[in-house]
Amino acid sequence: MNPDLRRERAAASFNPELLTHILDGSAENTRRRREIENLILQDPDFQHEDLNFLTRSQRYEVAVRKSANMVKKMREFGIADPDEIMWFKKLHLVNFVEPVSLNYSMFIPTLLNQGTTAQQEKWLHSSKGLQIIGTYAQTEMGHGTHLRGLETTATYDPETQEFILNTPTVTSIKWWPGGLGKTSNHAIVLAQLITRGKCYGLHAFIVPIREIGTHKPLPGITVGDIGPKFGYDEMDNGYLKMDSYRIPRENMLMKYAQVKPDGTYVKPVSNKLTYGTMVFVRSFLVGEAARSLSKACTIAIRYSAVRHQSEIKPGESEPQILDFQTQQYKLFPLLATAYAFQFVGAYIKETYLRINEGIGQGDLSELPELHALTAGLKAFTTWTSSAAIEACRMACGGHGYSHCSGLPNIYVTFTPACTFEGENTVMMLQTARFLLKSYDQVHSGKLVCGMVSYLNDLPSQRIQPQQVAVWPTVVDINSPDSLTEAYKLRAARLVAIAAKNLQTEVVHRKSKEVAWNLTSVDLVRASEAHCHYVVVKLFTEKLLKIQDKSVQAVLRNLCLLYSLYGISQNAGDFLQGSIMTESQITQVNQRIKELLTAIRPEAVALVDAFDFQDVTLGSVLGRYDGNVYENLFEWAKKSPLNKTEVHESYYKHLKPLQSKL
Amino acid sequence: MGSPVHRVSMGDTWSRQVHPDIESERYKQSFDVERLTNILDGGAQNTALRRKVGCSTTASLPHRALSGNLAFSLHNIFLKALRSLGSEEQIAKWVPLCHRFQIIATYAQTELGHGTYLPGLETEATYDAATQEFVVHSPTMTATKWWPGDLGQSATHALVQAQLICSGARQGMHAFIVPIRSLQDHSPLPGITVGNIGPKMDLNHIDNGFLRLDHVRVPRENMLSRFAQVLPDGTYIKLGTAQSNYLSMVVMRVEMLSDVICTLQKACVIAIRYSVIRRQSRLRPSEPEAKILDHQTQQQKLLPQLATAYAFHFLARSLLEFFHRSHDAILDRDFSLLPELHALGAGTKAMVSDFCTHGAELCRRACGGHGYSKLSGLPSLVTKVTASCTFEGENTVLYLQVARFLVKSYQQAQASSGPTSQRSLPQSVAYLTAPYLAKCPAQRAADFLHPELYTKAWAHVAARLTKDSVHHIQILMRSGADEHEAWNRTTVIHLQAAKAHCYYVAVKSFTEALEKLESEPAVQQALKRLCDLYALHGILTNAGDFLHDGFLSGAQIDMARTAYLDLLLLVRKDAILLTDAFDFTDQSLNSALGCYDGNVYERLFHWAQESPSNTQGNPAYEKYIRPLLQSWKSKL
Repeated sequence: MNPDLRRERAAASFNPELLTHILDGSAENTRRRREIENLILQDPDFQHEDLNFLTRSQRYEVAVRKSANMVKKMREFGIADPDEIMWFKKLHLVNFVEPVSLNYSMFIPTLLNQGTTAQQEKWLHSSKGLQIIGTYAQTEMGHGTHLRGLETTATYDPETQEFILNTPTVTSIKWWPGGLGKTSNHAIVLAQLITRGKCYGLHAFIVPIREIGTHKPLPGITVGDIGPKFGYDEMDNGYLKMDSYRIPRENMLMKYAQVKPDGTYVKPVSNKLTYGTMVFVRSFLVGEAARSLSKACTIAIRYSAVRHQSEIKPGESEPQILDFQTQQYKLFPLLATAYAFQFVGAYIKETYLRINEGIGQGDLSELPELHALTAGLKAFTTWTSSAAIEACRMACGGHGYSHCSGLPNIYVTFTPACTFEGENTVMMLQTARFLLKSYDQVHSGKLVCGMVSYLNDLPSQRIQPQQVAVWPTVVDINSPDSLTEAYKLRAARLVAIAAKNLQTEVVHRKSKEVAWNLTSVDLVRASEAHCHYVVVKLFTEKLLKIQDKSVQAVLRNLCLLYSLYGISQNAGDFLQGSIMTESQITQVNQRIKELLTAIRPEAVALVDAFDFQDVTLGSVLGRYDGNVYENLFEWAKKSPLNKTEVHESYYKHLKPLQSKL
Repeated sequence: MGSPVHRVSMGDTWSRQVHPDIESERYKQSFDVERLTNILDGGAQNTALRRKVGCSTTASLPHRALSGNLAFSLHNIFLKALRSLGSEEQIAKWVPLCHRFQIIATYAQTELGHGTYLPGLETEATYDAATQEFVVHSPTMTATKWWPGDLGQSATHALVQAQLICSGARQGMHAFIVPIRSLQDHSPLPGITVGNIGPKMDLNHIDNGFLRLDHVRVPRENMLSRFAQVLPDGTYIKLGTAQSNYLSMVVMRVEMLSDVICTLQKACVIAIRYSVIRRQSRLRPSEPEAKILDHQTQQQKLLPQLATAYAFHFLARSLLEFFHRSHDAILDRDFSLLPELHALGAGTKAMVSDFCTHGAELCRRACGGHGYSKLSGLPSLVTKVTASCTFEGENTVLYLQVARFLVKSYQQAQASSGPTSQRSLPQSVAYLTAPYLAKCPAQRAADFLHPELYTKAWAHVAARLTKDSVHHIQILMRSGADEHEAWNRTTVIHLQAAKAHCYYVAVKSFTEALEKLESEPAVQQALKRLCDLYALHGILTNAGDFLHDGFLSGAQIDMARTAYLDLLLLVRKDAILLTDAFDFTDQSLNSALGCYDGNVYERLFHWAQESPSNTQGNPAYEKYIRPLLQSWKSKL
C-alpha cells in the first residue's frame, strides 16, 4: 500500500467499519452486500476488458452479455430482494447502465401498479424472466416533463375492440426510452386515450414492438437507436414511431381507469395513485445522487492524499495536495454533502416504504407532501451532486480528465438525472406549488404539518425586507440544531417573499399563469431553500441516532461543515433576512476553516467507509492501495493506440506530408 | 436592414424553409445584426475575410471554421514557445523546418506527478562539457512527461522543459529541443519510450502522449537561449529575469482564450435557438404551449450566459491589445510590464475557462434531455472546454497567482502612500487606492443600470476582499505563523479576492468597449443591456459579498434584483439576433438543435436514423438476446 495512505488510515480517530454499517443500515446488511459483491468479483462470466478501450457497439454488446448473465445468476444465487438486486447490479455494471434495466425499473413496476390481476398474470411472469423484454415509453421528441403536451394517441375502435396507436407528427415520436432502440420487444406506451370521440388524457398501453423469434420490428412500427450521447454508451435509448398500429383492448392497463368493450370510459377513483411510480423512481435518484457523489469523493480524496505538489514552505518537500487549504475547501464540503445525501436518501426510502404501506390500505393523506418533497429533493440533490462530481474531477487536475480517473464516466452517467424523470426546474416549481399551497392554507387559518410546519410560525408582518432583528433566535454556529433553525428561517422568508411577489403579479397581470411565470425565479429560490433546510434537518437528526462516540464526533463536524458552508455560499440570504449579522458571517467563515483542519486527518477513513470496491470505482486514481502512478502507466500502455509503435496514420498521411516538401 | 446573416446550410431539404418560430424572432430587428458581427470581428473586412474560409490570414479563423477538430495544435504552441524563448539563430533554424512540416513538434512540460508547479518538475538536462551535449533524463516514474498533445504517435520532436544542471549546479527550468522519432521510419529513437496516454473525456482526436527519456543526448545548441545560455565550458549565463521563462505560458494562456470563449458562444447559440423552437406548458390557457425561452426560469439560465459570452469577447480583446504592447517590450528584455501581464493572463484564463465550462454545461442542461444527445453538439462543447480548466495552469493555482499580485500591489501602495501611489500602481489594480466609498448611492432600480455605479461596486468588493486577505495574513503572522504558513491558511479568501478582481476587470473592459460605440447607438443599446445583465448577475449571485460590509443594503439588493429581472425581458427580445451575430455556420455548430433554420426535430430524427447503431446490424441480438429469450421457452 502507498505509504501516504497507510499513514492516513492509521491516523483516523474512528473505525470506518462502524460507519459503513450505519450507511448500510446494519452490520448484517453490510455483510450480505459484501457477500453478493464477492459472488460477482469471483465470477469469470462477469470479467471483461476495460470499457474505456471499447467502441460504443462493443460496450453495448458487453452490457447485453452481462445482463443475460445476470438473469441466470440471480436465479442461481436466489437473489430476489430489491436492495440485493441493486447491490448485485451496481457492482457488475460498475455504473448501473444496462439495456434491460427499464424492464425492471419501469415496465414491471408499472405493470404492478396499474395492471389488473389478469394483466399481471398474463405479462408479469414472462417479463420477470425476460421472455419478453419491456421498456417504458413516455417522453416524445417534442415533449418532456409537461405530460399534457404529449401527442401520441390511442383511439378505441369498438368494432374490433382494439386501440389504434398513432404518432401523428415528428414531435410525437417517442424518444429517449432506454432499451427501446435495439433490445426491447415490448413497451408500455403512454398515449392520449380517445374513445367515442372524446380525449381522456394519458393512459398506459402494452405495445409489442418486435416479433418474438426474429426480433424484427412489427409492421406499423418504426424503431431504432437515437444515436450517440454524452454517456450511456451501453444503452440503446430509442425512438418509436407508430402508424395506425393496432393492439387489443386488454393491452390498456386497467387497474384504475377502464375502457369497456363498447367504448365507455370508466374513470379512476383517485388520480393520486399514478404518483406512486414517479415517487419511487425519484426517491431512488436521491440515493443515486449520494452514491455517485460518494464515489467521486472517494477518488478525489484518495488521490489528493497520494499526489504531492508545490511547496508550502520553501525548502521543504512537496506536501500532499490535501494539505492545501484550497484543496480542502474544494473537497471537504463535497464530502459532507455526500454524507448528508446518504442520510437523506435513506430517509426518503424509508418514508416511501412506510407511506406505500398506507396506500395499500387506502390511506393517501401523506402522498401529496411526499410527492412534493421527492420532486424538490430529486432536483436539489441531482443538481448539487452533478456540480460536485465535476468539482471532484477538476480537483484531480489534468488526470481527472483522463478516463483512467473514472470521473468522466461517473459524471456523464449521473448527470442525466438532472433532466430525466422530471426536468429539475419543473420539479422545483412543483415543490414551490406545494409550498405556496401550504402558505395559503396557513393564511386562511389552517395549520399545516410535516416538513412545511415551519410556515405555521410565520406571522406575515415579519416579512419586511428592511426590518432588522425581527427573528427571535440568535444563531449559535456550533449547534446543528440552531443552524437548522437558521435554515428554517431562510426558507420561511423566501417562501413568504415568493408568495407576496406572486400576489403582486396576480394583481397586475390578471392571468395566474403569467404571474406564476414572472415569479418563477423567486419560486425556485424558495424551493431550493426549503430543500436545503430539509437536508440540514435530516442530517442533524441523524446525529442523535449514532451510538458510537468517535463516529458521532466526526459526523457532527461534517454536519456543521455542511450547514456552515451552505450559509457562507448563500450569505446574501442570511444577511438580507437579518437571520445572521455580518460579524457572524465572518465567524462562520473562520469556523469553516477550523473544521477543514479538524476533518483533514479523518478524510481518507471517511471515504473508506463508503466501502466501494476498486472495480466499482473504475478508477486508477482512486485505488484503495494508492499505487496510482505505476498503474496509470500500465493502463495507458493498454490503450488501443499503443498497439503499434508507429500508427498507421503515419504511413497514410504524415510520411507523404513530410516527403512532399 | 443590412445584408442577410452569413450561413452555410447543412445541404438538407429542411434548410430551404425557416421554421416560423425562429423567423418571427428575426422579424423585428432593433439593431443591425451584420453591423454587430463586424464589430465583433474588428471590422467589416475581417468579417469578409473570415467568411472566405481557408484563405484568411489569421490562424485562428480556419480553426474556428473547422470547430477546432484539428491535430497539430501543439505544433503551433511549439512555434510560439520557440519564438518566445529561442535566440534569433534558433528561430531561423527551426521555424522553417516546422513550416514545411519536415518535423512535427510538440511542447512537453507536464509530468505524470507534476503539473502547474514548475520547480517540482523532475526531468533533468545535465550538461556534459566533454561532448558539448545535454543528457536529458527522466529519473523516476513520476518524471515521465504526460499529457502533451501530438506526443504519443505524431510528433518527431519535443520541446522538453527540464531542470538544467551545469557545472554541478541546478539552474531551474529550461527548454530543450529533443528529437524523439526517426525522420526516416517514424520509430522511436534510442533511449526514448513514447506512446499515447489513453482515452479521455474528449479531445480524443488529440494524441496526448507520454515520454520517458533514458539519458538522451542532444547538442548544446538545442537549449533555447533567448534568456539564458550555457557556454561550451559549462558556464551558465542568465539574460532575463527569473520569470522570463514564464513568458511562453503567458503567450499560451492568451492564445487559448478565443477558442474557449467560442465554446460558450456556440453553446449559447444552440441553446437559445432551440429554446424558441421547443414549446412546453401553457402560459395562458387560451394560447398554445409557450416557447421555453418565454419561461422566466429559462431566461434566467441562458441570458446571463449570453451576456457572459459577450463580456468575455471584449475582455479577451482588451487583454490581447495589452499583450501585444507588452510582449514586444519583453522580447526586448524590458520586463516592467511582465508582472501585470502575467497576472492578467492568469486571471483571465482562470475566469474565462471556469465560466465558459459552467456556462456551456448550463446551456446543455437547459436543453433538457436532447442536450444529453451528442447530436445536440453540446456534450462535445462541454467536454472540450472543460479541459481548459486544468491545462496551461490549474485554475485555483492561477487565481492564487493573481491574489499574490493583488496583495503585493496593495502593500506597495500602502508603503508609498501619498498622491503618487495611485499612479505607481499598474492600471488594472489602480482601484485598490481609489477613494473609499462606504455605501452605494443607488436609490432606485434604474440606478443599477449605470455602468459607473456597478463598476464601482465591483471595485469596492474586490478592494475590500484584498484588504481583508492582507489583514488575515497579518493577524496570523502576528500570532506567530511564518509567511508561508500564513499564506496557506488564508488562501480561501485570496481566492475570493482574485475572483472578484477578475470580475471587476471584465465589467470594466465591457463598459470601456461600450464607450467606443457612441456612433452605433442601436448596437450600443443592445450591448449595454448585456453589460448591465453581466454586472448585475454577478452582484446577485455574490450578494453576500456586497452586503457584508453594508456597501449594499438589503433594499438595494432588491432593487438590483428588480433591475435584473426587467433586463431579462429586454434581452429576451434580442436574444436570437444576438446569437446570430456570432455568425457561426451550421457546419461549425454541428448541432441538430442549433441550426439557423430552426428545423430541430426533422434533423434530429434524420440524424438519429443515420447513426451507425441503426445502419449496422445488432450482433448482440444473435449472440445474447435470442438465447436469453429462448432459454426460457426451452425450459417450459
